[in-house]
Amino acid sequence: MFESLVPRASSFAGDIDDQIWLIAILAGFWFCVATGVFFWSLFRYRHRPGERSQYITGEKPEEKRWITIPHNLILICDVFIVVGAIRVWYHVKQQLPPPERTIRVISQQWAWTFVDPGVDGQFDTDDDIKTIDEMHMKSGTLYHYKLYSRDVLHSFSIPAFRVKHDAIPGRIITGWFKSDRPGAYDIQCNEICGIGHGIMGARLYVDTPQDFDAWIKKNTAAPPALAVTPATPAPAQPGAAAPAQPAAQPGAAAPVAAPTGSVPAAAAPAAPATPQPSTQPNAR
Amino acid sequence: MAEPATAHAQHPHNGAGHDHAHHDEGFFKKYLWSTDHKMIGFQYLFTGMLMAIIGGYFAYAFRMQLAYPGASVPGYGAVSPSDYLMLVTNHGTIMIFWVAMPVLIAAFGNFLIPLMIGCDDMVFPRLNRLSYQLFLLSAIVLLISFFVPNGGFSGAWTAYPPLSSQAAYHLTPLGAPLWLLAVALEFVAFLIGGINFVTTVMNSRAPGMTPMRIPMVVWMIVIASILFMASVGPLVAGAVLLLFDQVLGTHVYDPNHGGDPLLWQHLFWFFGHPEVYVVLLPAMGIVAEIITVFARKKLFAYKTVLYTAIATGIISFFVWAHHQFVAGIDPRMANIFTVTTLIISIPIAEMVFVYLATLIGGSIRFTTPMLWALGFLGAFLIGGVTGIFLGSSGSDIYFHDTYFVVAHFHFTFFPIAFIGSFAAITYWFPKMFGRMMNETLGKIHFWGTILPVNGIFLPLFLAGLAGDHRRIYSYMNFPDSAKPFLQDLRIMATISLCVLIAFQFVFLYNFITSLLRGPKASKNPWNANTLEWTAESPPPHGNFAEMPTVHRGPYEYGMPGRDQDFWPQNAAN
Repeated sequence: MFESLVPRASSFAGDIDDQIWLIAILAGFWFCVATGVFFWSLFRYRHRPGERSQYITGEKPEEKRWITIPHNLILICDVFIVVGAIRVWYHVKQQLPPPERTIRVISQQWAWTFVDPGVDGQFDTDDDIKTIDEMHMKSGTLYHYKLYSRDVLHSFSIPAFRVKHDAIPGRIITGWFKSDRPGAYDIQCNEICGIGHGIMGARLYVDTPQDFDAWIKKNTAAPPALAVTPATPAPAQPGAAAPAQPAAQPGAAAPVAAPTGSVPAAAAPAAPATPQPSTQPNAR
Repeated sequence: MAEPATAHAQHPHNGAGHDHAHHDEGFFKKYLWSTDHKMIGFQYLFTGMLMAIIGGYFAYAFRMQLAYPGASVPGYGAVSPSDYLMLVTNHGTIMIFWVAMPVLIAAFGNFLIPLMIGCDDMVFPRLNRLSYQLFLLSAIVLLISFFVPNGGFSGAWTAYPPLSSQAAYHLTPLGAPLWLLAVALEFVAFLIGGINFVTTVMNSRAPGMTPMRIPMVVWMIVIASILFMASVGPLVAGAVLLLFDQVLGTHVYDPNHGGDPLLWQHLFWFFGHPEVYVVLLPAMGIVAEIITVFARKKLFAYKTVLYTAIATGIISFFVWAHHQFVAGIDPRMANIFTVTTLIISIPIAEMVFVYLATLIGGSIRFTTPMLWALGFLGAFLIGGVTGIFLGSSGSDIYFHDTYFVVAHFHFTFFPIAFIGSFAAITYWFPKMFGRMMNETLGKIHFWGTILPVNGIFLPLFLAGLAGDHRRIYSYMNFPDSAKPFLQDLRIMATISLCVLIAFQFVFLYNFITSLLRGPKASKNPWNANTLEWTAESPPPHGNFAEMPTVHRGPYEYGMPGRDQDFWPQNAAN
């Protein structure tokens, strides 16, 4: 059922789902036991005329067993859950496998900017590909994401990947994911970030290697005219550099442009040089 | 809303000169400036009920928006994105700080503690009055914040900076400081109240009321007050710093000037998680009183309940970062907090088992208060079990800030704040107001509440499993969330909420008519053991005609060899 609600599109989505199932089985068992005892006792011990309740203090050892045995069994279940949780957590969040490619994810009120290093695999070079509210990645490749925020807290969440991490201004947070399932998935901001929070979405395209190479190629041939435009700066040094960026200040006027039902890009104050939210090479 | 507001506005009038007061002095002294613990309890109760109506109205408005995005909501109008965030922010704030806290702890703590431990009033009656007045002031400040230019605060009840700290981000330059001021004032009010509760129980118990003879609800309120007092200090300090950031331009939480936004999260959740137990424990205590009376059964393992409550309270100080697993803390921290969070499940589970064991062997009467108490156990079980998914770091990566979380904590907070309060109100109504409530209407209200609650939040579990995120005013903007199946879940939740709200009018009708015309209650209509049932209904000023002496514990029901199946605490034999 879980798979049908939201696909498992990353390499570790299955691990997280397994942990959810482990808890569902263990906690579900205790839930059924408790609910069963609950309704059984309500029926069995309902008031009947002429019957009196029993006098049980619960202080004698043979009575206390009814509490201490479940107590110990729950403790054992908790150990399984903790071990499972820490294993999954270690795999997904705590360790960092070496990257095959890195992408920058820059959040701001209320848009996502994604910077792909382009052909040479190096950031802050001429062939960086900057996209807004649209992320492309190559399937079968282990990605590191570098998470930035320009203003307030945001949260980078891809439900299909089971990826979620808060973006914090002044910090660069590194995480990883890998997907073998080409397709299109939602990216959502998952931390309240102002009135545009409800439209701060993006679309993730996991491309097959061929499609991805074609996408790189299409976006690498930069027209010379763009070479001199001041591109939106990727915060190479966030923290100190962040307040200097004009796009980071929402100002009083910008947020009004978030009417009900507008397309996500309409409220994006990002990339003043690019009116259209399509892909654009970062010519610098 | 209007009643306390005008009441407050009249304070200076009456203080300056009594000649042009609108009410006569007797009314004013009796109802508004009283130091009687019962009257202060009622003041908290009615203020909390009025705030609950506002909080419920907010829930109605934003749920309608979620089910029918963009449509004009009957009774509200179109919900804009900023309205939506204002509504969810203040719904959460009101329901926790101005409904659960005042009703469960302050109202019933004030009403019950002196009556149940057998004394005539709180040890600090004027401090008690001050506590309510500060609370009322905080409620008024919060209500004012909705009507200032740019509207009320809309940065979520957690108020994470930098969004909450700079007007350029949250866009409510007046609403945000007022909201914060209201919350901080409210904390001060409960801090004063808590001092009073703990001191009273320590010093004013009737002769013979040894610690192990204190009714469980009193213990629970005392433990909750201690938890609150121990946890709220860091948050009050943090809130003052946040207020400085907002109005004075300091940079405590501003990363661009060396501040740290995560500092607030730690201060907030260091309070925020114990807060869950601050409201849970009194509700658990209320349930313990009710199930023992109506199962005619001694509380199973009194000491175990007490020790699990204390253990829960202590452990609750070491679990706060499970709210921040993916918030940018050191990932290794998550392992520690997963362990502590799973450990806290054990005392709580044990408490539930104790209550189940109390039912076994009883003679259960399904009166309205008993139905509420049982409904609390059933609903809280769902809330508790689903919490494990969120306390386990590995699965929380997926569930963090989804509707699964929303459904989970509503399955804990709704039983606490509403089911627990309804249980307490229906159970102690005869003692509070000297009249009986209507049982038939009470049962209609019970079923009309408990079924829709599940109808609201069970679909939201599914929505959370499908990845719906919180605080999104319209899911139509996200292709994966706009699926018809998920929208059907949201519509089902909203319709259930409307049904739930409709049935609350049954309660209001029952409450008001019973208050005015209900049959007179005897001293002890439920044949209960605890001391409050030996006073008149309602108890006069000073509570007891003759101060009671306690001879035994509070739960001696079904003792073999006695004519009656109950044995009041003060009966000599």
